[in-house]
Amino acid sequence: MLPSIFRLSALPLAALLLSLASCGGPSADQPTTLPILGERDVRENPKGGPADTIYATVPAFRLHDQNGHLVTNQSLTGQVYITDFFFATCPGICPKMQGELLKVYKQYGQNPGLTFMSHTIDPEHDSLPVLRDYARRLGVRNDNHWRFVTASKDSIFGLAKAYFTAAMPDKAAPGGFAHNGTFALVDDQGHVRGLYDSLNPKEVARLQTELPVLLAEVKQRRGGK
Amino acid sequence: MAAPTPLRLLIRWLAPTLAVGLLLLPGCFTNKGHQGERLYGQHCASCHGEQGEGLGQLIPPLAKSDYLAQHAGSLACIVRQGLRGPIVVNGVSYNQVMLGVQDTATHRHLSPAQITNLLNFLESHWGNHPGPAGPRTIAGTETELAACGER
Repeated sequence: MLPSIFRLSALPLAALLLSLASCGGPSADQPTTLPILGERDVRENPKGGPADTIYATVPAFRLHDQNGHLVTNQSLTGQVYITDFFFATCPGICPKMQGELLKVYKQYGQNPGLTFMSHTIDPEHDSLPVLRDYARRLGVRNDNHWRFVTASKDSIFGLAKAYFTAAMPDKAAPGGFAHNGTFALVDDQGHVRGLYDSLNPKEVARLQTELPVLLAEVKQRRGGK
Repeated sequence: MAAPTPLRLLIRWLAPTLAVGLLLLPGCFTNKGHQGERLYGQHCASCHGEQGEGLGQLIPPLAKSDYLAQHAGSLACIVRQGLRGPIVVNGVSYNQVMLGVQDTATHRHLSPAQITNLLNFLESHWGNHPGPAGPRTIAGTETELAACGER
């Protein structure tokens, strides 16, 4: 009699232990891979077989950083990068946004596979010396890991769109430009893999946990180099 | 049990009345006591930081700021008109444009009363101190504003 009771009660106990064990495993908020964001296109394979999925890719760009170095898709080959859009005289959300990115930079800034890219949306004012001064004042070392980049307004606003960031001239906005504080996380193939609202501390924390996931994926893809 | 004395009756009547009165009392106060702190969160924190810490050498700190103490008489005008050109705060030089504080929705500037509450908040937090005359008054803020052509 006793053993059968024992057997009966052992089952729920085992279930409980199993469910407890799952608490310690990879948690739900730690993804194993990040999604590829943006529109996708499905193209038939001319040779037959399964169709190819074409994912949205960041367009070609030519930018110059605070040290006058050219930054292009090719020069960032193999790099994961994080983008935002700002301007040096921005009295609105930029200080908060750049302060948040500075936290991420302090944590991951020296990773050789990662670049930070802050695009100025006021290229007329933000000359290279202005960008250089801004970087220094923000506390960014002159080490090529955080690049403050400029180009023509058209290319910058076009890029903002590709990174799902709203940015446009607006006389009514503080400082003359309206923009939101989106951080975009881009992989080595030019796919946007994460978007984060810099004004929300939870979103910045999510970037901090998702960033190593993407860095690991890219490192593996590139043969651990 | 003894018959209730007049005193007991009074207490029995008074207690619930008092309790109800105390419950209703907070409704009599406005939230103006924390207006300075709220204004700081709305208008200042995104640049100067949640705790007035500033940002690198871009945005000067408001916490433990020698600039606040040294320029106490012109703070109301700075809030109203903003600031441009180089300044030195706690030995560090800054050169960023600060806009005069406006309500982003209505584009109205802060009233002398709001500026008074905001500055009193700043001067009683994060290691700052009120001037020798004590907390600011609205009349004092109006005098300061008049000196820079504002009202």
